[in-house]
Amino acid sequence: MDKTWNNNAWFLVLPVLVLVAFSAIIPLMTVVNYSVQDTFGNNEFFWAGLDWFEDTLHSERFWAALWRNLLFSAIILAIQIPLGIFIALNMPKRGWGVPVCLVLMALPLLIPWNVVGTIWQVFGRVDIGLLGRTLAAMGIDYNYVQDPLDAWITVVVMDVWHWTSLVVLLCYAGLASIPDAYYQAARIDGASRWSVFRFIQLPKMQRVLLIAVLLRFMDSFMIYTEPFVVTGGGPGNETTFLSIDLVKMAIGQFDVGPAAAMSLIYFLIVLLLSWVFYTVMTNYGQGDER
Amino acid sequence: MDFAWMAWTWPTAAFFGTIFLMLVGMAIWEWRVPGGSPRVGILRFETTRGDRLFISLLGSAFINLAWLGLVGPQLWWSLALSVVYAICVFRFV
Repeated sequence: MDKTWNNNAWFLVLPVLVLVAFSAIIPLMTVVNYSVQDTFGNNEFFWAGLDWFEDTLHSERFWAALWRNLLFSAIILAIQIPLGIFIALNMPKRGWGVPVCLVLMALPLLIPWNVVGTIWQVFGRVDIGLLGRTLAAMGIDYNYVQDPLDAWITVVVMDVWHWTSLVVLLCYAGLASIPDAYYQAARIDGASRWSVFRFIQLPKMQRVLLIAVLLRFMDSFMIYTEPFVVTGGGPGNETTFLSIDLVKMAIGQFDVGPAAAMSLIYFLIVLLLSWVFYTVMTNYGQGDER
Repeated sequence: MDFAWMAWTWPTAAFFGTIFLMLVGMAIWEWRVPGGSPRVGILRFETTRGDRLFISLLGSAFINLAWLGLVGPQLWWSLALSVVYAICVFRFV
């Protein structure tokens, strides 16, 4: 049957368009507008052209923060996605264990970002923190305030603790939607545990994994509150990610123009990487079908 | 209404005006030829003309940024390169 095209239906999305215009499009246009101007306050603006973009692209501070952010996101995805799949595969499928596991998994997600940061900030302290004191008692030289590696480990472990649950819950939902008939057929064929995972569970989780990868990438690439509370971007600038740098520039230094230029470049990188992830994962395997 | 406090400039207005005109053009194109003309191009996955516009605009932004960072602030050549890139995207992607 031929599809019916009726473009009048576009009028139905007009209210949403107006809402998005006021909440996203006009603010974004304002940022573009500020990125080509300079201000010293008092609502006086001076034309700066592309200077701020040029400065940002030649700024070592920007590139350092960007690489730090990309490394952080890569580490987070490399840990959280396999770990989330592993935990979801090993969670009970029926019985009293299901609600218990689901509640335990959901708990970290319910805690606000700044509270998570505060928990880990205290938890890791060498003088009063349980983790810091325990590691010191074991003879491990751990101090996230002074040592860059310790600061990175703390921020990564904190994010894994906070957000792996999201991947677990998404994967668990994907696994729960697989009909038993698939497993019965695999059992009859004598499929190994790996084959069941590779040819039944993983393909069936593809959609939820797409959402998990996208959400975790975007969240980790835009992370601000937790590392800011725990390390404040330090020691030095070792855990200063793009968003922390951006806030320092826009609010701390009131450099609205450079901050606007930097945020637009930041936005374009997020847009590009999200599009690449989305396109690759939605089209994965479809070429074989054609 | 007074919008002077928002400090709008003519170049930013021209920039957004161009994007707005592109969207209007795409809307008219869709109205004349509904369905988005989906096809599989050199990227080996299906794209509609809206996807091709998105790829063109995003790619053009990076072409101009790369030019600005590597060559300098005169962006006329990178703008021309972006137009060529967009034509290639609409033709082959």
